Amino acid sequence: MTVFILCFALFLVGVHGVLTRRNLIKVVISLTIMEFSIFLMLALVGYVSMGEAPVLGSDLVVPQLVVDPLPQAMVLTAIVIALATNAMLLTIAVRLYKKYGTFDIRRINELKG
Amino acid sequence: MRGMSVIVKKIAQLMSSLIFVYGIYIITHGHLTPGGGFAGGALVAGAFILLILANGSEYVRLKRQEEGSSLIESIAVLSALVLATVGLAAGSLVFFNNWLPGGIPGQLISAGTIPLYNIFIGMEVAAALITIFLALVIYKEEISK
Amino acid sequence: MEVMLSVIIGSMIVAAIAAIHARDLLSAIIAQGFVGYGLVICFVMLRAPDLAIVQIVVETITLVIMVAVVLDSSRKELETVIDRRQVATTGMSLLFLVLLLFFFNRAIGSLARFGDHTLRMSEAYVTGAAEQTGSINLVTGVLWDFRGYDTLGEATVLFTAAIGVLTIIRLEGKK
Repeated sequence: MTVFILCFALFLVGVHGVLTRRNLIKVVISLTIMEFSIFLMLALVGYVSMGEAPVLGSDLVVPQLVVDPLPQAMVLTAIVIALATNAMLLTIAVRLYKKYGTFDIRRINELKG
Repeated sequence: MRGMSVIVKKIAQLMSSLIFVYGIYIITHGHLTPGGGFAGGALVAGAFILLILANGSEYVRLKRQEEGSSLIESIAVLSALVLATVGLAAGSLVFFNNWLPGGIPGQLISAGTIPLYNIFIGMEVAAALITIFLALVIYKEEISK
Repeated sequence: MEVMLSVIIGSMIVAAIAAIHARDLLSAIIAQGFVGYGLVICFVMLRAPDLAIVQIVVETITLVIMVAVVLDSSRKELETVIDRRQVATTGMSLLFLVLLLFFFNRAIGSLARFGDHTLRMSEAYVTGAAEQTGSINLVTGVLWDFRGYDTLGEATVLFTAAIGVLTIIRLEGKK
């Protein structure tokens, strides 16, 4: 049970960062940390103690205890998507820096047009 | 973006070929060992990114490379869709039907359409990551001019 | 096992706090890299080799892109000023934390204990899946056979993100 609580604490750190930081790069980093905690949560939920990795031998014998492959398949795609969306957020940040000369969200809000 | 010293360039050339071959191995053995299209595609993209970082941006003609990788990306997504639709037509009216013969599980050529999907998604991931990286490098060149 | 995982996740939390409060953006990015590579170790311990391979490559590429972005622009963190808006956002964040903690407390009761995972669904994905799909890596079998729609959607999102980057970052229009 402690691992679930610690994983949730990691998520809370990310939420705190998104809500209180003013720097755009810090916001992107906080979002990445939230993504990490969600990947970890899914992998933790699917774990079976003393289970084996979901790769069989060529004799097709399923071991007694296997880790659930479904959360792993979902996280596998989500990791690559997270990279692509992160890159997109970073390009938006770069363009805003080019236009306004700052990463500060408040200044960007004030300097309209 | 300027290149690094000749030692870094030589080591990067040697290592990137190894990383590239390892990525291809991960993609083609995705149904037998851990890995698959997503992991292998990211590795192949990593090999190219290492080359560009070590050799500087004069090493490749950026614009043409970017157009090429964007084209490969589109073709890969399209062919995965076509393969899924062929399953709709050839099989029992199920999208994503595994319509090729299964073969013996555990051998390299087995599992029907899964290795083909792995290859296409590997191409797609590699091309997408290279496109994003090249777009950033081109932007950096343009603002430093 | 659970103790080892707790230690690793605890150090990841410390690194995450350091990343959020760092004075220099470059050190913030490096602390975020610590969180990412700690996640790789967790995946290896949780018997998920596929995830470990993907995460270790993706984390490296993310770090390269982030360092490139920060070195291009400024790497100084903004001054923290304590005014009404800062106090308001901090209070809002505390409120959110309490709210999320409340719902987490409600939800944690319905989860099985760590390591005792049993699901009706996972039976079908494990027993007989290798004969049905022909793929002895069960994760790939789930990815491309049982749940092909999901994976196709994710590939579409990746494609859209790449197109979006190309559109946003272009300075001058094509002739």
